[in-house]
Amino acid sequence: MKDPVSRHPKAHSKPPKTPPTRLDSIFDASAGTPEAVYYPAQFENLDRVREFVGIAAQKCGLDDSAIYAVQLAVDEAFSNIIEHAYGGECLNEIECTCQCANASLTITLRDCGNPFDPAAVPEPDLAADLEDRDIGGLGLYFIRQLMDKVEFAFMPDPETGRRCNVLRMQKRKR
Amino acid sequence: METTHTQYKHCDLVKAQGRIDSATAPQLAKTLDDITEAGRYKIILDLGEVDFMSSAGLRILISTQKTCKRYNRGEIVLAAVPKRIHDALELAGFIPLFKFFDNNLDAVGSI
Repeated sequence: MKDPVSRHPKAHSKPPKTPPTRLDSIFDASAGTPEAVYYPAQFENLDRVREFVGIAAQKCGLDDSAIYAVQLAVDEAFSNIIEHAYGGECLNEIECTCQCANASLTITLRDCGNPFDPAAVPEPDLAADLEDRDIGGLGLYFIRQLMDKVEFAFMPDPETGRRCNVLRMQKRKR
Repeated sequence: METTHTQYKHCDLVKAQGRIDSATAPQLAKTLDDITEAGRYKIILDLGEVDFMSSAGLRILISTQKTCKRYNRGEIVLAAVPKRIHDALELAGFIPLFKFFDNNLDAVGSI
């Protein structure tokens, strides 16, 4: 996750002579600082996290269809974290960060539950007959189809040193 | 999320309103299970006022369809499905598994 943009000491004095780099982003409305919110791992918080990412998506300039896609992907991911990383609803937190930059919205979900291995989730068989149709893996499949970029990683928590799951998803503005 | 259930002579109409997700899906599941447990397997699910549905809802549709279609005793059909929901059903490969109707009337007349 990117650091918030630091305040350049000369930001309010005369304009710099050389083309600014980081200075640029202070004045660039689309390079927002990441907002992180924490939600207890309970299904009743799905409404809240969907609303949070929906507002971020709107502010970032995504159209209605993309906003819905983002909300659905986040819902699926958040639900998966509750079910699989935490083994069910509990008071442990899920961190959600939204960042708008470079014409795309990046959403990061972080949990410190059981390690999640996306390679271990079978792809759903979308052509199977009703009797053979299995629902497992549909959430992850949706996330990958709805978002432009999806990355899973493990990162140690800065405070506890515990290995935490980090899911980063990106949706580009069309 | 609200569900309303109307029992007709030959079928049952369930209307869902609001958002179907992991929090609210159990309510929908219960409404549908109550119907099938009563031995009734011809169901119309009106999704016209559903503005969000995740895979939690899709799971319920599949398991209800499996129950209803067993021994050819019936089926669950979908009415007034909003475009976004239809897109998600398509993404999941669900379109071939259900019959779709524009409205309840057509569905009731057909089932």
